[in-house]
Amino acid sequence: MATTRTIEVELSTTGMGADGKPRRVPLVTQGGEGLALNAPPAAEPDFDLEGEHMLINIGPQHPATHGVLRLVLELDGETVVRCIPHVGYLHCGFEKIGEYRQYNQIIPWTDREDYLNSIGNNVAFVLGAERLFGIDITERCTVLRVIASELSRIISHLVWLGTTCIDIGAFTPFLWAFQERENVYNLLEGWVGARLTTSGTRVGGMAADIPDGWIDGLKGFLRTFPKTIDECDRMVTRNGIWVGRTVGLGVMSPEEAINYGLSGPMLRASGVAYDVRKDFPYLDYETYDFDVPVGSQGDVYDRFLVRMEELRQSVRILEQAVKRLPDGPVNIDDPRIILPPKAKATSEMESMIHHFKNVMEGPRPPIGESYVPVESPKGEKGYYFVSDGTSKPVRWRIRPPSYVNLSAIPKMVEGHLLSDVIAINASIDIVMGEIDR
Amino acid sequence: MSAFHTVYPATAPGDATPATQRNVPNRGGTANPSAAALAAQFPNAVRGHEVVNGETTVFIDAAAVADMVRWLHDAPDHRYEYLSDVTAVEYRDFEREIEVVWHLRSIRLRRFLRLKARLAKGAPLSVPSVWSVYKGADWLERECYDMFGITFEGHPDLRRILMWEGYKEGFPLRKDFPMRGRFSRSEQLKNALAANPEARYSMEELTVADAFAELPEDMKRRLAGGEKTGE
Repeated sequence: MATTRTIEVELSTTGMGADGKPRRVPLVTQGGEGLALNAPPAAEPDFDLEGEHMLINIGPQHPATHGVLRLVLELDGETVVRCIPHVGYLHCGFEKIGEYRQYNQIIPWTDREDYLNSIGNNVAFVLGAERLFGIDITERCTVLRVIASELSRIISHLVWLGTTCIDIGAFTPFLWAFQERENVYNLLEGWVGARLTTSGTRVGGMAADIPDGWIDGLKGFLRTFPKTIDECDRMVTRNGIWVGRTVGLGVMSPEEAINYGLSGPMLRASGVAYDVRKDFPYLDYETYDFDVPVGSQGDVYDRFLVRMEELRQSVRILEQAVKRLPDGPVNIDDPRIILPPKAKATSEMESMIHHFKNVMEGPRPPIGESYVPVESPKGEKGYYFVSDGTSKPVRWRIRPPSYVNLSAIPKMVEGHLLSDVIAINASIDIVMGEIDR
Repeated sequence: MSAFHTVYPATAPGDATPATQRNVPNRGGTANPSAAALAAQFPNAVRGHEVVNGETTVFIDAAAVADMVRWLHDAPDHRYEYLSDVTAVEYRDFEREIEVVWHLRSIRLRRFLRLKARLAKGAPLSVPSVWSVYKGADWLERECYDMFGITFEGHPDLRRILMWEGYKEGFPLRKDFPMRGRFSRSEQLKNALAANPEARYSMEELTVADAFAELPEDMKRRLAGGEKTGE
């Protein structure tokens, strides 16, 4: 890892420059520690000081814990000596319920675990199920799923950006980010009829093809959205307060990040160029031209930079996907797996039987197991299926990226100040629905 | 942005050649060579392997998993430096053993390997922990213990994680656990209301019981008399 890094910081305290803009000051950081601004606390807290350690409880109901996360912190003065996270307040037993449901019936549950990435989860679910069934999906469906995954990545990163800005004290980017998120939700609503809980995919295809004119709406979004990213970029990236509150916090070295099982932007911010879309490609991601942003220091600021760049790369992928979207059927042509059209099911005997068997018994995969990892906005996500040949899985396991990412929080916050815990926790991008499941 | 550059993975001399993106096993590339290498290294502990849907599974003796994982982590030809998942599978057939599953990944070499150990149901369900090799195993093993009751020997802090500490109904993902829980809704509610939350937290973490002792006398009297606060 590079040991020094220079960030140009705008400081209003230095007055305006000759061009009427805030003057930029180069900030040199060394080994992840900011030198000029908020110098992080010494790595080793001084335990010899007089006084007792204090226990502080944050959450489970606290806006800065992004859900029902509870952190018990042992403080020496303002320095965190020990952090014990408690999770499970939202546990609903998704995996247990899945063992009693047919494959297509589980899809609504995938909406509700990582609810910021619902259609991305739908795609991840059916990719795993389709490997189990041995299905090859159509080309149009592949591209539509890429569009769905990248849109949901944009939603998730925008929510992350907005809420993290609020946690750190910037309110305006939150409004801008949520406005753009609203535009994406409008697009999704036009496509699958739902905004948050999409259930947009089916084993072997999609719940619906995109309606006429939808691509024009997407193109319009892709024209305006990069401007919003640039605006947010200008607001925070060189902002002295933002830099001071994020540089040098929660540093994970590449080796540590891998060993702790971090994935997604958390891992890439530490300098590990591991992106499932590149390394274990699915949905023909290897044919798209996009870059994998990688950080140099592994701190909160790098995680922010990586996510901002991923927003831009998602736009690049979407532009290519729009160009190559082929005509043709969305669903595979297999009446044992895909429901017949409603009109046929009510008029043709054979289609009615297929419809009945599909709904009442459900498609049956062969005996086997499958695990298809995908790059969710939080990291490596995958659904592990074990089938015994019946229409319901024996085991349906969610590999939750933010659960594993969160498990490293004691390592990241210990030695930092109490107020930095909020910034570090925000940088993990947790969704408690996914952690507790 | 010029700040973004690939720092890792950098192939060290002596490493095996990374698979290319098109060449991963599930796309018709060569099968994962680690399965055969593992069998050669641990001939007594490997029970065989199979490739299902392009994914390689090695069946192993549970007792050997820590050594195997250490070897897979360190060996220059394998370098499974990333633990993706630890979970378990119980089949509907009650006679069948419970399987503990480890998903290992080599980021450098773009490989994915699944290790499986079978545990007979009569004996205590226990496997060695891989926490000493992968710190990421901490919560994954705790969840597996919480949901299946499998103990991981050598785990530093094996407690329930998703269910609460005082949960007495068993292990929810076991097949003999009914989906609606062991008690009816009214019994569950009754139990929840009768629970003593002060006794639930350990003194180590947040000493609610101590906090109660430090409250002013009149507040203690009111709370002890069953008075609700805040409503």
